[in-house]
Amino acid sequence: MEQETGSFTIKKGLAQMLKGGVIMDVVTAEHAKIAEDAGACAVMALERVPADIRAQGGVARMSDPELIHQIMEAVTIPVMAKARIGHFVEAQILEALGVDYIDESEVLTPADEEHHIYKHAFKVPFVCGCRNLGEALRRIGEGAAMMRTKGEAGTGDVVEAVRHARSVLGDIRRLQNMPDEEVMAFAKELGAPYELVLETRELGRLPVVNFAAGGIATPADAALMMQLGVDGVFVGSGIFKSGDPAKRAAAIVKAVTYYNDPHILAEISRNLGEPMVGRQVSALPEGELLAGRGW
Amino acid sequence: MNIGVLALQGDFLEHQKMLEQLGARVIQVRLPQHLQDLDGLIIPGGESTTIGKLAVDFGLLEPLRAFARDHAVWGTCAGAIFLARNIGLDQPLLGVMDITVERNAFGRQVDSFATDLDVPVLKEVDPDNRPFRAVFIRAPRIAKANGTTRMLASLPDGTIVAVRQNRWLATSFHPELTGDDRFHRYFMEMAQSKLDL
Repeated sequence: MEQETGSFTIKKGLAQMLKGGVIMDVVTAEHAKIAEDAGACAVMALERVPADIRAQGGVARMSDPELIHQIMEAVTIPVMAKARIGHFVEAQILEALGVDYIDESEVLTPADEEHHIYKHAFKVPFVCGCRNLGEALRRIGEGAAMMRTKGEAGTGDVVEAVRHARSVLGDIRRLQNMPDEEVMAFAKELGAPYELVLETRELGRLPVVNFAAGGIATPADAALMMQLGVDGVFVGSGIFKSGDPAKRAAAIVKAVTYYNDPHILAEISRNLGEPMVGRQVSALPEGELLAGRGW
Repeated sequence: MNIGVLALQGDFLEHQKMLEQLGARVIQVRLPQHLQDLDGLIIPGGESTTIGKLAVDFGLLEPLRAFARDHAVWGTCAGAIFLARNIGLDQPLLGVMDITVERNAFGRQVDSFATDLDVPVLKEVDPDNRPFRAVFIRAPRIAKANGTTRMLASLPDGTIVAVRQNRWLATSFHPELTGDDRFHRYFMEMAQSKLDL
């Protein structure tokens, strides 16, 4: 019997298994172990957490393959890793390493200001960031098998993740209530492939799993994003830049499962220690914003 | 018929949708009290470490074991791992089924695959015995099926990927990801029958 690998169903399938879970940014194998023990459904390997990229500046690139390898050895859960926007060779290297998902991420310094990676060419699935429905459907058109909001990474300020989730989900609601003759003009306005716009209208949701990311720092932030209608959350700096990473990580995992139960949320939000300090997005200069990277 | 879907983490909504299309009433199970009045329970795909940890933290392990004693339970992928008695790793398990399961037995995501399986037992719900398209995502395999466990499907190399013991069912793959509802129908019949096999 013939075996099919690397098909879109299989790429999307892993993201479906991650739903209702928390994917945590980790820099070292030690971080990865803490994340797994706290109940993360996957970890994201990167060179520096976004808050450090922000603080230190410089060019942010794919992580050292040795560190990624150590992380893969340390945990049994899926390991994702970040490649720069448009840097298809970083993606080839990550695929060769055997990572389970690649995040073509605006958190790293873009390698191409016009073109994203042609993701259909890979067997390994990709997740990409989006600010709105058009951006999400363009990435899916290029082969992304999972989406996430961009939010504003490394700030601990959830406002942009909320803005992006509301934009995507709000446009889907508009699309569903639109008469047929208006759909083509809407696709033009979004700058999105017409067939994917039709599919989204039919499904009443994105054709792939959609997580929230960028600025989530507390269990309440995570539950907020879940109540808005995302399928799960990424937490970056919010865990390892806080006072007690293991405790906060476990609490955020619980918050994503019990997002609709305020009594449980109240219980798990107690005594978590210091949250990450954070930076208010509205006080950041334009040049420091990451979400504008990519198109 | 009331079927619960363990909704701690994973693709429980895919199971829910399939069951609702078949006319079942579906209850998402996150706390012990959600197990009341159920005729059967599905443990979905997801990360078995996450599901196990949440089950421990919210006091679900013993209530789930007690429920399994006299009800039909089906685990897909992570769910099959959770039902197993032994997996050779230190993580919380229900230990309901007399099977040894090996996690990530086929490799990482780039090794995930889909293939056609011959599942003779599905004839009970559909006389047309066509192959079942099975999707394996970082899938486990059933390394040992002991005692009264019956094999329902295997790969051409003999790897066991679906088993049944009493009213418990374990599959390495994800019938909830395909449009084929025969496994869900088979499970609903298991949940309805009061007989033990």
